[in-house]
Amino acid sequence: MAAEESYPEDLRYHARHDWVRIDGDVATLGITWHAQDQLGEIVYYEPPQEGASLSKDEGFGGVESVKAYEELFTPLSGEIVEVNAKAVEAPETINEDPYGEGWLVRVRLADPGEQDDLLDAAAYRKLLEEQ
Amino acid sequence: MQTLRRTPLFERHAALGARLVPFAGWEMPVQYAGIGEEHRAVRTRAGVFDVSHMGQLRLADAGAHEYLQARLSNDLDRIEAGQAQYTLLTNEVGGIVDDLIAYRRGDDDYLLVVNASNVAQDHAALPETEDVSDRWALLAVQGPEALALLGIDVEPFTFREDADVLGVRCLVAGTGYTGERGCELGCAPEDAGRLWDEILARGLTPCGLGARDTLRLEVCYPLHGNDISPERTPIEAGLGWACALEKDFTGVEVLRRQKEEGPDQKLVAFVMEDAGIPRTGMRIQEGGEVTSGTQSPLLGKGIGLGYVDAALSAPETPITIDLRGRPRRARIVPKPFYKREER
Repeated sequence: MAAEESYPEDLRYHARHDWVRIDGDVATLGITWHAQDQLGEIVYYEPPQEGASLSKDEGFGGVESVKAYEELFTPLSGEIVEVNAKAVEAPETINEDPYGEGWLVRVRLADPGEQDDLLDAAAYRKLLEEQ
Repeated sequence: MQTLRRTPLFERHAALGARLVPFAGWEMPVQYAGIGEEHRAVRTRAGVFDVSHMGQLRLADAGAHEYLQARLSNDLDRIEAGQAQYTLLTNEVGGIVDDLIAYRRGDDDYLLVVNASNVAQDHAALPETEDVSDRWALLAVQGPEALALLGIDVEPFTFREDADVLGVRCLVAGTGYTGERGCELGCAPEDAGRLWDEILARGLTPCGLGARDTLRLEVCYPLHGNDISPERTPIEAGLGWACALEKDFTGVEVLRRQKEEGPDQKLVAFVMEDAGIPRTGMRIQEGGEVTSGTQSPLLGKGIGLGYVDAALSAPETPITIDLRGRPRRARIVPKPFYKREER
């Protein structure tokens, strides 16, 4: 079953509907409730290679529902240190728990200063209302 | 930008929380609860679709039969009043202008149900017909339990008019686009809301165009504009069975020759061997193009239809789909992906 709509206060957001949880120099990335709701039932997660280096705003894979493919972009530069194998094996996890078990990748940050460009939950919610 | 048209059920779709999208000039529900759930409802029980966007052309003058027999691909002599037939409207080079169902109401009385996006083209090719699309709302009721839940008895490809369905005067036709038993119900636009409410009250699942597409793709029914088009012929598309090549109709010489010589390309069904979902317009590396693709709720894999060179069209042939720059393996399979069990 799909999760209830929420935008946790402890996360940072990007206008492309990604979320980021920062823990020291490692960031966990996923897509927001809004993004998974727009896609509908996700049936495929195409992950990046672990170890790949990504620059801010670079595409790193995609998620796909029955009706659409959505390319993923990283809002922060760094090295992919972990891909969520559960999201690859059971992509519906991304719908069921977008901020928990449905995370997509962990990135070791190359430039922690980049996170200043991200939105807080209130600013992201405001952005959704304006759309 | 052109204003989108709305069916008489628009407010009901919105109230049910449907996601509404532009389709063929109409604002239509693509899903309510979710495509997978709606798909499974139709395969296992019953669903209802608003297909009021589809067009209707009528011809009821003396000579109607002869007129249509000279312009539609299938043989109208094979049906009598109360029967329906899948047929094609072709152009001078044998391309498919539209695919449609012809309902024979009498010796010289026909109703043609055509694709929403092709009403104008069809009417231009059949100028003697009258566009009566505004007079009809159309609901498709599909699934193994659909007819029993509504208390309807109708055989495939037959129909009757002025039938009472749940208190609404309807045309009841044993047709559909899902591969399941069921019917399509035509009624006056002002009665559509009442009919829809009565159908939902009997527990049928409201289904959108998303599930309609996954359902039709599993049974390999072609979608005009994707799998068939004015640039593709029925012989290439595997629709020779709907073409009476012994009679005369527009483009028939081209089709006779193509059948004799064999087409250069053929429409085939394929299953993905690798992960990923094929999508319309993706290149088939061995020579060809994907025309429809989705994740099959039945198989849990990517499936698709596409044109490949005839030499590569045999089942079990491996092909490679270019998924956004990544080569992904697929395998040609016999059509369809799914066939309902007779019961």
